[in-house]
Amino acid sequence: MKIHQLSMFLENKPGRLSEPCKALADAGINILTLSLADTQQFGILRLIVRDWEQAKQVLEKAGSVVNVTEVVATEVEDRPGGLASILEIIDAAGINIEYMYAFTFRSEDRAVLVFRFDDPDAAVKVLQAKSINVIGPVELYGRAKA
Amino acid sequence: MPEFRVENRIHDKAEAMPRSELNALQLHRLKEVVARVAEVPFYKAAFARDGITPDAIRTLDDIRRLPFTTKEDLRQNYPLGLLAVPREKLARIHGSSGTTGKLTLVAYTAEDRATWANLCARFLVGGGLQPSHLAHVAFGYGLFTGGFGLHYGIERVGAAVLPAASGNTARQIMLLQDLAPDAIICTPSYALNIADYARRQGIDPRAFALKYGHFGGEMWTEDMRTQIESELNIIAFNNYGLSEVIGPGVSGECAVQNGMHVQEDHFIVECLDPVTMEPVDDYTYGELVFTTLTKQAMPLIRYRTRDIAALDPCPCACGRTTVRMSRVKGRSDDMLIIRGVNLFPSQIEEALLQVEGTTPHYLIEVSRPGTLDEITVKVEVSQESFSDKMSDMQRLHDAIDRRIQAITGIHARVELVAPQTIERSAGKALRVIDHRKLTG
Repeated sequence: MKIHQLSMFLENKPGRLSEPCKALADAGINILTLSLADTQQFGILRLIVRDWEQAKQVLEKAGSVVNVTEVVATEVEDRPGGLASILEIIDAAGINIEYMYAFTFRSEDRAVLVFRFDDPDAAVKVLQAKSINVIGPVELYGRAKA
Repeated sequence: MPEFRVENRIHDKAEAMPRSELNALQLHRLKEVVARVAEVPFYKAAFARDGITPDAIRTLDDIRRLPFTTKEDLRQNYPLGLLAVPREKLARIHGSSGTTGKLTLVAYTAEDRATWANLCARFLVGGGLQPSHLAHVAFGYGLFTGGFGLHYGIERVGAAVLPAASGNTARQIMLLQDLAPDAIICTPSYALNIADYARRQGIDPRAFALKYGHFGGEMWTEDMRTQIESELNIIAFNNYGLSEVIGPGVSGECAVQNGMHVQEDHFIVECLDPVTMEPVDDYTYGELVFTTLTKQAMPLIRYRTRDIAALDPCPCACGRTTVRMSRVKGRSDDMLIIRGVNLFPSQIEEALLQVEGTTPHYLIEVSRPGTLDEITVKVEVSQESFSDKMSDMQRLHDAIDRRIQAITGIHARVELVAPQTIERSAGKALRVIDHRKLTG
């Protein structure tokens, strides 16, 4: 049920973000979603792509250090309070969120939330017990294509 | 910790001479060497320039009136311009390429070679060598003094030599397994290389019969000593020398392992501020300067080693009366002065090693945007150190920052940079860019 996320180190300088994106574009790899965390000095780019193994090779060949981590994707209704209801469940279970980001698919009324937990398996159990829809890779990539 | 213990032994009673006797001997020998070099054209000119006459030396402190000799002087007098004996008297020529520039040559008479053997025997015995032992020498044999110097020292003790020389690590490991030598002698980095190679072949390097090792020929750290001792299950001894002075045998550790005993009956050591050339206090880092007291073929007066170390005159528990030198912690030609504080790239390297477990690629940039010096240390992020969590990256950054501050006493701006962004060079790595020079 977990999604492979690629992350890489970027210096906070003009042009640094376009380099990996260009490498992926040249290889014909589409980015499903991304998030960027930054400080004054450097940033961490996190990407979700369908062919993550190929993308990792492409990025490493382009000179990046690439980490693969497992993240948890869930969906909520795209309405006020959608996110808050999920966070309540996570908070109640005492699970720490390292970071998260969200995106929506075109012409859908539901948003996808991507969570990075230290223990993703425990988090998946908690969410599923509360009937939250945890999206696996097959479904996620399938919907991206539609 | 290794199970083997080294007993305290002294090879030569001269090592434990009373200080007053030693100083008298030094003064006598200093006068002799000044007289010997007075006819060497280089020193003849330098003495004439500085007004040094044969009676210039009355006390040991008078050494400070004598001119320095530098590596550049040796280069200028290539090949053998500094000989103090006729060429027919030579028994051996060695050389050193140094880290930069052209070859410099040094020469030995038969007497020099015997002295050299005795000096190496002294530290070898101090660090465990006994006549019944087999010592594996994995230093290069050739113009480099390491292989031959240690070889003669082992022979002098009456132990057996295995002159494996450097390289062909698979064969080194075979010899270590099949012949079970008691001691290994090489550079510290090669010792780690052998251990690493063995492990990758599925051989446990701790299972070799080795009890101890003598390491030198390059700068190393206490962390490396701990690593060598645990990976090879041996006691690791440090020794120091340079071809210009005699080769290995200038100083070496005893069983106490608290600094390297300088062989003061053969060399006078001074520890000087590399900028002012004034003596620094005991236990304070400065550049080591050696005067050879007994060398016949190519004696050198106040040779500037560029090596930065500190001297400890306290009597040692081993019974030797000689001054001890610390590990070499840097080179004066690499030294940076940041807001009046001396900083060596090796200290930054040590800090990074302590944080990361390995030394990543790094670059030190010095600038002076206003009136104050600023230092930036760029550190490449590696597969091991990179994390997708910002908190981990911040922790890495802060740990490096604190470590550098603790080791150098200087606050540096730490910048994590992307992998492969710091330029690699084929030869000596470029570690420092000093922008202050550009702005004058």
